[in-house]
Amino acid sequence: METKRLIIVAVGGQGNLLASKVLGEAASRSNIPVRMSEIHGMAQRGGVVESAMIFGDAQSAIISDGEADILLGFEPLEALRALNRCNQNTVVITNTSPLPPFTAAIGKGVYPDLTTIKKLIAAKTGRLMTLDANALAKEAGNELSVNIVLLGALIKAGVLPVTAESVREAIAATTKKAFVETNIRAFELGYGAV
Amino acid sequence: MHKLLMDHPGEKLFLLGNEAIARGAMEAGLAFATTYPGTPSSELSLNFFQMSRESDLYFEYSTNEKVALEVAAAAANAGVRTMCVMKHVGLNVAADALMTLAYVGVRGGLVILTADDPAMFSSQNEQDNRYYGKLSGLPILEPSSAQEAKDMMGYAFDLSESLQEPVIFRTTTRLNHSTAQVSLGEMKKRKPRGDFVKDPFNYVTVPAVSRKLHVKLLKNFEKAEELANSAPWNFIEGAGPWGIICNGVSYNYVADAVKDLKISDRVKILRVGFSHPMPGNLIKSFIRDCEKVLVVEEGEPYMEEAVRSFAQDAGNIGLIAGKRPDLFSRLFEYDPAMVRTTIAKFFGVPCEAPKIPDLSDIPALPQRPPNLCAGCSHRATFYAVNQATRGMETIHPTDIGCYTLGFLPPLSAGDFLICMGSSVSTGCGFSKTTDKKIISFIGDSTFFHSGMPGLVNAVFNNHDITLIILDNGTTAMTGHQPHPGVDMDALNFEGFHRISIESVVRGIGVEHVSVIKPYNVKKSISAIREAIDHKGVSVIIAKQACTLFERSLKKPHGKPFTVSDQCKNHRACINDLGCPAFFVENERVRINASLCSGCGVCAQICPEHAIVPLK
Repeated sequence: METKRLIIVAVGGQGNLLASKVLGEAASRSNIPVRMSEIHGMAQRGGVVESAMIFGDAQSAIISDGEADILLGFEPLEALRALNRCNQNTVVITNTSPLPPFTAAIGKGVYPDLTTIKKLIAAKTGRLMTLDANALAKEAGNELSVNIVLLGALIKAGVLPVTAESVREAIAATTKKAFVETNIRAFELGYGAV
Repeated sequence: MHKLLMDHPGEKLFLLGNEAIARGAMEAGLAFATTYPGTPSSELSLNFFQMSRESDLYFEYSTNEKVALEVAAAAANAGVRTMCVMKHVGLNVAADALMTLAYVGVRGGLVILTADDPAMFSSQNEQDNRYYGKLSGLPILEPSSAQEAKDMMGYAFDLSESLQEPVIFRTTTRLNHSTAQVSLGEMKKRKPRGDFVKDPFNYVTVPAVSRKLHVKLLKNFEKAEELANSAPWNFIEGAGPWGIICNGVSYNYVADAVKDLKISDRVKILRVGFSHPMPGNLIKSFIRDCEKVLVVEEGEPYMEEAVRSFAQDAGNIGLIAGKRPDLFSRLFEYDPAMVRTTIAKFFGVPCEAPKIPDLSDIPALPQRPPNLCAGCSHRATFYAVNQATRGMETIHPTDIGCYTLGFLPPLSAGDFLICMGSSVSTGCGFSKTTDKKIISFIGDSTFFHSGMPGLVNAVFNNHDITLIILDNGTTAMTGHQPHPGVDMDALNFEGFHRISIESVVRGIGVEHVSVIKPYNVKKSISAIREAIDHKGVSVIIAKQACTLFERSLKKPHGKPFTVSDQCKNHRACINDLGCPAFFVENERVRINASLCSGCGVCAQICPEHAIVPLK
């Protein structure tokens, strides 16, 4: 099986660990080998949270710079910051809703404008797909479902060997019962947005 | 039922490395486990804690790693299968117990898990704990994947019982924190009770006994070396004139690289999973017909040195390399591309480096460093200390926990840190050698872990320091584990006692003790002033529950605040507090209501009283 490498970058609290868990569960349900690594602990206190997922026949659980086949950004600045993980063929999907870091709030550094971010990413990678996942999550009925909206867009991109159906099943199996319906809605909205 | 307790052999679960290890231990009939939490080992203990609530597994969060290992040593010597879990630096704390426990040995299996942290994602150093095998003489096992970690755990217990000594199980962050499909095995029955048979001439380590026990340890070493030579964890893959010797996660990068470089017909790989004692005969026969050998291991040249010495022993003069300026570094962690390009370079095969785009035109991006949470009471305490010491020259020895982040501006409350508990004792040293005012910071869990002896020292030797104990009622950094000062009743856990930090401090003989509520800014500042005016040892206990923990327990918190039109842009809130709930929009200060915990500290310090509760 061809190896596909996915990097997810997010800000602590955006729920990317749950998203990667759902994705891993979906892959397992389809008997696709998958390995994932993530960083816990001090790095999580309001900093960037990154997970790496490798689908197919490889033994490594981490991804070197320049070797992501697909990058999923939960936040546009973090997607831009992660460009060193990409190459000229990488497919990038990013949420366009910014979460400015505290440093920008106190005047240490300027948050680049969204047009610049998109232009830079598009110029340096294979393909850029964007969506306002926060707006779609709201539309789905739960502002916290940004992660599932982005999963929808990720699957639509068609890079990973994981089917939409298996993700729907994984959402039903792994997310809290009360949220399954909104999560499925969030997934479909993300799937339809790119 | 806890997912790791289910007896469904053959089932595949998507498990975190730490969960796989916990499952492996349960399958091996683990009956007794102790720990002091530390990343990257923490989830392992969390799973034991959860399973102990619904099975006859005994588990405890011990006061520190030394205590944890001593408790475990006794359980294992009562014949019960036992595990003791800690992060790599925890083994330094437990080392005193470890070194002589190696002499005494065990009756029931004892597996000591040490989780190393190459690249220091969450640690103060990246020491390579394989050297503890050499130092203590004990066997070391090192898995490469979650599945292997689970499978190896049963072997670890069997090995411990066959050698009658503890086994060190060494992992690294990328093993503990990687997730993969793991296929489950059968559950062995637990034996939670044992017996201790008196045998003082083998158990009481007076010199005459220890002399005998050291002889036994060295004999065991020979047995262990034989086992290492034939253990399935030390295996050879492929065939060819080039040799690669690797361990742990490096093996995964090597295996992928050999495939990607299409050199599997020229390379053979020796994966070492039983790494102390090193399998001498296996290595000698592996390198005998190799043109050259590359050793791939994160951290220190532990295997490389051993391989070179075996080669010398065997009269083999082929090239053996590993750590070299143009090859591998002793620094940080490795990654697949780095291992691939280094293998290609060493053996002289073509390799394409990953094509990272030219990023020179990317503007400087605002950083997103970790920060104390919005509403964190540590921030309030640091602010109060900064106000109380305005104009004074101070030194702030700090300690290990979330509050270490207070060293960052604008709080800048942290000047010196080496290890758990060091804030108090290094404060003693600074107070005797400088003219600056010493105000040390330590967390509640860290105080119990190793801060108390420092405080006893400070009182006995009459040092002039102020110690601020940041008591947020939990071990926050590693994921809210309990500690001896936690009110377990309030968390609905029965069967625990609670130790009052204030009583301990008074019991130690500290003359000036005060308890503050850090959200009350004015009172806190005046209490801190009084404490630092006191000549000698003074202690302030800053008591306020961890806001992140309270949120996770779904406890109600204060109403969020907002910035009114009274704001004249002094920005004391942003410049002196640095709470991440603030942001600036169109040159006006705003508060993110969903982040604000309603602590009200900013409202108390605003010179215009412009920060008011949100209606």
